[in-house]
Amino acid sequence: MFEVAFSSLWSRRGSVLLTLASLTISMAIVIGVEHVRAQAESSFVRTVSGVDLLVGARTSQINLLLYSVFRIGNATNNISWQSYEDISARPEVSWSIPFSLGDSHRGFRVLGTNSQYFEHFHYGDSEALRFAEGEAFSDVLHAVLGSEVANALGYELGQEIVLSHGIGNTSFVNHENLPFIVSGILAPTGTPVDRTIHVSLQGIEAIHLGWQNGVQVAALSPEREDPRLSELQPTQITALLLGLDTPMAVFGLQRAINNYPREPLTAILPAVALGELWQIIGTLESLLSVISILVLTASLLGLSTMLLSSLRERRRELALYRAIGARPFFILWIIELEALSLTVMAAVMGYLVVTAGFAVTQSWLSENFALVIDVWPSTAGIWLYMGGAIAASVLLTLIPAGIAYSRSLGHALQSS
Amino acid sequence: MSTISIENLRYTWPGSDDPVLDIAEFRVAQAETVFLRGASGSGKSTLLGLLAGTLTAQSGSLQILGTELATLSPRKRDRFRADHIGIVFQQFNLIPFLTVAGNLRLVARFSGRPRRDITEKSEHLLESLNLDPALLHRRADRLSVGQQQRVAIARALINEPELLLADEPTSALDTDARDSFMSLLLSIRDISNCTMLFASHDRSLAKYFDTEVELANLNKAQARQVSHV
Ligand SMILES: Nc1ncnc2c1ncn2[C@@H]1O[C@H](COP(=O)(O)OP(=O)(O)OP(=O)(O)O)[C@@H](O)[C@H]1O
Ligand SMILES: [Mg+2]
Repeated sequence: MFEVAFSSLWSRRGSVLLTLASLTISMAIVIGVEHVRAQAESSFVRTVSGVDLLVGARTSQINLLLYSVFRIGNATNNISWQSYEDISARPEVSWSIPFSLGDSHRGFRVLGTNSQYFEHFHYGDSEALRFAEGEAFSDVLHAVLGSEVANALGYELGQEIVLSHGIGNTSFVNHENLPFIVSGILAPTGTPVDRTIHVSLQGIEAIHLGWQNGVQVAALSPEREDPRLSELQPTQITALLLGLDTPMAVFGLQRAINNYPREPLTAILPAVALGELWQIIGTLESLLSVISILVLTASLLGLSTMLLSSLRERRRELALYRAIGARPFFILWIIELEALSLTVMAAVMGYLVVTAGFAVTQSWLSENFALVIDVWPSTAGIWLYMGGAIAASVLLTLIPAGIAYSRSLGHALQSS
Repeated sequence: MSTISIENLRYTWPGSDDPVLDIAEFRVAQAETVFLRGASGSGKSTLLGLLAGTLTAQSGSLQILGTELATLSPRKRDRFRADHIGIVFQQFNLIPFLTVAGNLRLVARFSGRPRRDITEKSEHLLESLNLDPALLHRRADRLSVGQQQRVAIARALINEPELLLADEPTSALDTDARDSFMSLLLSIRDISNCTMLFASHDRSLAKYFDTEVELANLNKAQARQVSHV
């Protein structure tokens, strides 16, 4: 049976290989799109968890989410230190994590925060951050690296690194004389945390010492022993993450912050904002899915067409099977089997093409797009698409196979 | 018991008004070799189709080895053909992209005989048909026409059928090849004592057979058609 199907395909390898190539490409497109979609969604939803409210200067909730959680773009305004202390002191608030953003180091964002961050900032299914090496910062000039930062830059525990003011990939105003020491390296999370350098809020101030309006006014930059380091006092932060004692209090506090009298602020529920943002991205993604399914359908129709047009040249071959005792069902099955083996081969090769493609581009994607992609696609959606494609090919092949079947029902004993 | 026994058989092609075959009586005894002569379009292939069970007549009786084919289910009829009837065509006898062995194995598949049986018999049969057993592993379309015909006979005989149907198997060959093919075909009688029905338009082949039958004499439908003209 398989011998017949494979030899038959091989004897028509010209059109068969073209069809196989077209099927493989469209399978790869479907699998690739679905894989990226699933990965993007899961890493997206995993970005932040356990945070009840996210507070920033007055802006849209998506904008706030983008610059504070995803560290894409910049805040237009900051939150004053006064407001931060005010809100943190409210009775509903169990813990608060300040975020101070705006600086970078060799393309990675520097985040100023406090030690609460390592305790309360969760991701995925409420997973806490873990240290692969070292510990949280305990000094103004300590830094904690995300796993990818350490990997990409080859930094190790105890190494001295220079953090610069501003957000440039290669800022020429590096403070060669203000090195931070790597005090800890975090385990990978698959979130923007991996691409972040964490320092204390005072550390952020230290970076800015001697600077005014983006210009280095004093040639003196603090030495490690500079007494001013201990007196550094932040005056503003970029965003604020809040955890509450009772989830019920979330809406009351949100309203209170949105109506905060001293400065215009926005408080959002991260889960709701993530969902809303995903809806926007998700529309684009389902459009891509639809297109990829159409591409696959076109090549499945091509397969069916190829088999249908092969019937003419196979007329005598199919009649001969019947003459030597084949049931009509054999004729149907032999054509289905050809379609089935081509689709299965295409599914396997398409899968391998996608895997190879991501294996090659994985580090490039994560460095340039913060997209962390597993090399082996394995979500249910992918198996569903592969199974669906195979089922669809069986159904579409019923057209040529059915025609061959009904033609084979009654013919004279003649093969020429 | 006759190998073939036909009574009042009438067959009309779907979509046609007049029957192409209308045979009052036709019998072929066991081990008899019959030459069935008929002009082109006279219905030889149609009759062979009825005998093989790929076609079923609208009325009348057709028994092969005492079995009324029309009463068998389509599935049993196909199996009956695989088990009891060998077939040789004028051309295109073999699946071109399969090896000789692969072609012979197909028989095993359709008759449900163990493959090993077939494999064991293949070499022996090829030898007795003057073929090099090494050809077993060659693709059928890489054989000469004469070799293909011999393999076709081997394929038809490997299942030890009681009835061999041959549909003009010579006209693709030149005269020399045809003569040696005919003697080959008839030497089958040394290997097996199957009944043989050979259909052709070429009267000169009749000398090789026990009996010669003119389809036009047998077929009332044909006679009617002719008288219409
Ligand atoms: N599949 C078919 N459908 C309809 N009519 C058919 C079919 N096959 C054959 N016929 C008709 O049946 C008649 C007998 O055809 P058949 O093939 O049996 O003749 P034949 O004696 O084998 O001819 P030849 O010597 O050319 O092979 C012809 O009129 C032919 O047109
Ligand atoms: Mg004919």
